[in-house]
Amino acid sequence: MIETNNISLERIWELLEEVKDPEIPVLSLVELGVITNVAFVENKVVVKMTPTFTGCPALDFMQKQIKVKVEKHTGLETQVIIDKETLWSSDKISDIGKEKLKNFGIAPPLKKACGISMESFKYTPCPFCNSANTTLRSTFGSTLCRAQHYCNDCKQSFEQFKPL
Amino acid sequence: MNNTALKELILKMADDALIIGHRNSEWTGIGPVLEEDIAFSSMSQDKIGHAWALYNILNEHFGEKDADTTAFNREEKLFTCCHLVEYPIGEYDFSLVRHFLMDKAEYHRYDMLTNSSFMPLQNLAKKVKGEIKYHVMHAETWIEKLANGNEESKARVQSALNYAYPLALSLFEKGTDEVALISDNIFAGEEALQKAWEADIKTCVEKYGLKMPENIDATKFMGGRKGFHTEFLAPLLKEMQEVFAIDPSAEW
Repeated sequence: MIETNNISLERIWELLEEVKDPEIPVLSLVELGVITNVAFVENKVVVKMTPTFTGCPALDFMQKQIKVKVEKHTGLETQVIIDKETLWSSDKISDIGKEKLKNFGIAPPLKKACGISMESFKYTPCPFCNSANTTLRSTFGSTLCRAQHYCNDCKQSFEQFKPL
Repeated sequence: MNNTALKELILKMADDALIIGHRNSEWTGIGPVLEEDIAFSSMSQDKIGHAWALYNILNEHFGEKDADTTAFNREEKLFTCCHLVEYPIGEYDFSLVRHFLMDKAEYHRYDMLTNSSFMPLQNLAKKVKGEIKYHVMHAETWIEKLANGNEESKARVQSALNYAYPLALSLFEKGTDEVALISDNIFAGEEALQKAWEADIKTCVEKYGLKMPENIDATKFMGGRKGFHTEFLAPLLKEMQEVFAIDPSAEW
């Protein structure tokens, strides 16, 4: 096991599970799929992460949260680096992450293999009643990563995490 | 690799994204319907994010100033955005058609750049292309809706298209060394881009039952890439840079 000061990499990943997406507080950064690597480099913790959308305003905040969390619980200096080589995609959201999104009231993204078109958005299942009888209202929503839909059965507006 | 030509390419892309992003953010709070208000605001945020990423490449790989300084502490003459992005938002028909013409071009540009030999640009292009796809889908949906709406909506879209099309050709004003970009496999060049764009626009326009504009003369809209701008850019910059200018050393 790789460890520094008796702290294992597994412990770092556990800590990262406790850092949540500031826009979707039920989802951890690990479940969101934005953490691309964790390593010990010369007694320091180096966490690599990749942004969801290029203009995501939460990126800075997430970097700070990771640093504070890991340093507080390990006492090790922590560096958070933006990984520009590994591209994030909505397919990187874990199955547990998708389940949590749905329970939070946000329809999870369809697999990218389903295609990204106005057609593929049409039948996004409602996260509240599972009905497929829904209407796309707009491909833009309250944050960069969400689209807006309306459920014709339970008459609820709902958001969807956009496939990217 | 020809760094001058490469830097020029990245800077003009960044400036286009920043200026259209700032311009279209003027729709925040006054969109014709709430969804459009949100859509234009979100797309602006995306664009400013793209500009930020491009300025960062200039900063990290070519030692240019950081993104904030480049965006907010530069005089008009040093901006290389095209005339299309400078025009005021006008009526919604103009803003919508401009967004359609521009995002189609951006989509093709980033698509071409996914094969760029300059890796930072290739990586960014792969990411941004997926985001721009949403902009294109948005534009197509609304243009189609209005072109098939009533007589007035159709006439307004057609007239906005006739007005904005020559202006949109300013996007493809050539850089000082296109040959270098092409031979270094950085970018296939403005001419190839314009060709792909024109074919795409023509297909859409005909599908929506609109007409392609004729007798196009775009000469007077050129010059942006060399720092010659319309009278609309200076007031935009003044507003955009106002807060930064109060205290350039402030920490945010």
